Amino acid sequence: MYVAVKGGERAIEQSWRQLDTARRGDPALPELTVEQIRQQMRLAVARVMTEGSVYDEELAALAIKQAAGDLVEAIFLIRAYRTTLPRFGYTQPIDTEQMQIQRRISSTFKDVPGGQILGPTYDYTQRLLDFTLLAEGTSSQSAPQPEANLPEEAMPRIIALLNREGLIEQEHVSDPAREPGDLSREPLRIPADRSTRLQNLARGDEGFLLALGYATQRGYGNSHPFAGEIRLGRVAVEMELEELGYAIEIGEIEITECQMINKFDGNMQTPPAFTQGYGLAFGHAERKTMAMALVDRALRAEELGETLESPAQDHEFVLYHSDNVEASGFVQHLKLPHYVDFQSELNLVRRLRENHPSLQADPAQPLQEKLA
Amino acid sequence: MSTLSTPTVSPAASATEGYNFAYLDEQTKRMIRRALLKAVAIPGYQVPFGSREMPLPYGWGTGGIQVTAAIIGQHDTLKVIDQGSDETTNAVNIRRFFARTAGVKTTQKTAEASIIQTRHRIPEKPLTEQQIMVYQVPMPEPLFRLEPRVAECRKLHALADYGLISVKLYEDIVRHGSIATTYDYPVMVNHRYLTSPSPIPKFDNPKLHMNPALQLFGAGRERRLYAIPPYTPVKSLDFDDHPFEVEHWQHACALCGSRASFLDEVIVDDAGKRMYVCSDSDYCQEQRAEQEASGDAPNTTAPGATDRGPTC
Repeated sequence: MYVAVKGGERAIEQSWRQLDTARRGDPALPELTVEQIRQQMRLAVARVMTEGSVYDEELAALAIKQAAGDLVEAIFLIRAYRTTLPRFGYTQPIDTEQMQIQRRISSTFKDVPGGQILGPTYDYTQRLLDFTLLAEGTSSQSAPQPEANLPEEAMPRIIALLNREGLIEQEHVSDPAREPGDLSREPLRIPADRSTRLQNLARGDEGFLLALGYATQRGYGNSHPFAGEIRLGRVAVEMELEELGYAIEIGEIEITECQMINKFDGNMQTPPAFTQGYGLAFGHAERKTMAMALVDRALRAEELGETLESPAQDHEFVLYHSDNVEASGFVQHLKLPHYVDFQSELNLVRRLRENHPSLQADPAQPLQEKLA
Repeated sequence: MSTLSTPTVSPAASATEGYNFAYLDEQTKRMIRRALLKAVAIPGYQVPFGSREMPLPYGWGTGGIQVTAAIIGQHDTLKVIDQGSDETTNAVNIRRFFARTAGVKTTQKTAEASIIQTRHRIPEKPLTEQQIMVYQVPMPEPLFRLEPRVAECRKLHALADYGLISVKLYEDIVRHGSIATTYDYPVMVNHRYLTSPSPIPKFDNPKLHMNPALQLFGAGRERRLYAIPPYTPVKSLDFDDHPFEVEHWQHACALCGSRASFLDEVIVDDAGKRMYVCSDSDYCQEQRAEQEASGDAPNTTAPGATDRGPTC
């Protein structure tokens, strides 16, 4: 009697054991190592690092293994770990012009100083299943030519380079004395400045940003975008240490950066020009950074005096719903018991039905028949 | 008794290796306690705070857990309930979390607890000045169904402009003949701030009023804290000609015979036969223990068990 909600403790422990077994799969097969995931599922690792807000390939790979490949769960694991870490300070802003380029393309100019570098991309694969991988052979592709005369020296951003006419709005480095906000420590406040918004979008769910960015292309917030430049590569991370008084390099991270160019119709004060949307993510993440750049630009509508007409332009709508750890938790909390609320609603609906004129004659008649 | 002072336990005394006492680091606890002090100073006002990402999902009590972690000391006794019961899986999970990370005493008895963390209920047994209630809050904003924009809601609170909610309640009366809100029923705290009591049934609303215990509310995902200090007037919204009233049952609890408690309806067979039992499991136990002690036979007529059809 009344056992449905009891025995929680034993049930939870049993559930943990079952989860462990389910994650492991057939024990006759060798177990995946964290290093294998890190090396061979690098795009999943990149997403978990970006949305988990920690650059650590090994921990991201561990989280993916522990979450049995559920990336949102893996992001949650990383975030819950991250929150226990002390914050020592801030690095210097990274300089992406100094990036060691692996891939760099622009869709706005046919040729650009430094050249278009295709690099590793799925873009021009023909999406034919490679059955040699199924047969556990090596891929039919031979190793790339060692040439890859990848540029060693700095590669200036295309948008900056080709702005002689002043047609393209340039980004300015903000006052370095101002401490950047930290959404993992401070609650989001509206109106949020652009750097806070970008932080929110960088942590935001790729699928959510993709859908919103896509919507702006289909007329829900006109943005007329062009991919000004997308670059992938490694950049140095520098930090000023108090004891030293100057910045030293503390490591290197791989990032993807996207600068989207959008036509701006202008208004009485400002002549027509091109404006920018910006996207940045850890690892190789082009879809994410492009979607992020589209949404970033859409969120600038108010600042640029454009009419607000779509969800992607609405700060509260976008910023309060972009986080998949929040969203996943709250959607799935519906699995928790709601007996008490439901009981209250049950009592109310019964009482309202008792008084409803259409049910006065035959209150026992099932609802389905009424609706039919 | 727990207070808002810093717990004096060193990390080494923590029950789980590698984590601070009650999981959160001391700076975070201090930040939360500062926000709580502000919340106590302005009853019913939602104080933004730097909610941390907890190892439990958002929406599953992260706000309540952070409040409890910030105020708990090693001499506290913790009770955790969900839907009134100590034994629902989420309550078990949160209780274990604190037993593990703080090593504090836990209890299922309302009277023994110095801190009671709850989701969706207030215990039937009256609370005392020695106790703190910690509510888990999913949506702290009482106006969110009427005005989803957070910035706009803050303005409405600042101006005490609560016309929207009155119109909503009035429309309920026009359409249904009565106010059609049964849980998370909005209250006015200390004659000033419109406040969400969290999704407790309106049956529990009168217990908020002039309660001797400190009542703290934590919304982790929405990053808001608020409080109802001891002996604060709390009024459930109503109209002169439609006064606030709580729900009543035609049944008594099938286990303890109580007619004064909130009852859950339990379906006991395929024919849809129901029984009604107390949602507050500790209260129900206590009632039964008292009856046994005084020699009264438990209520064997089981007035709660009926064969109401599913469409009654």
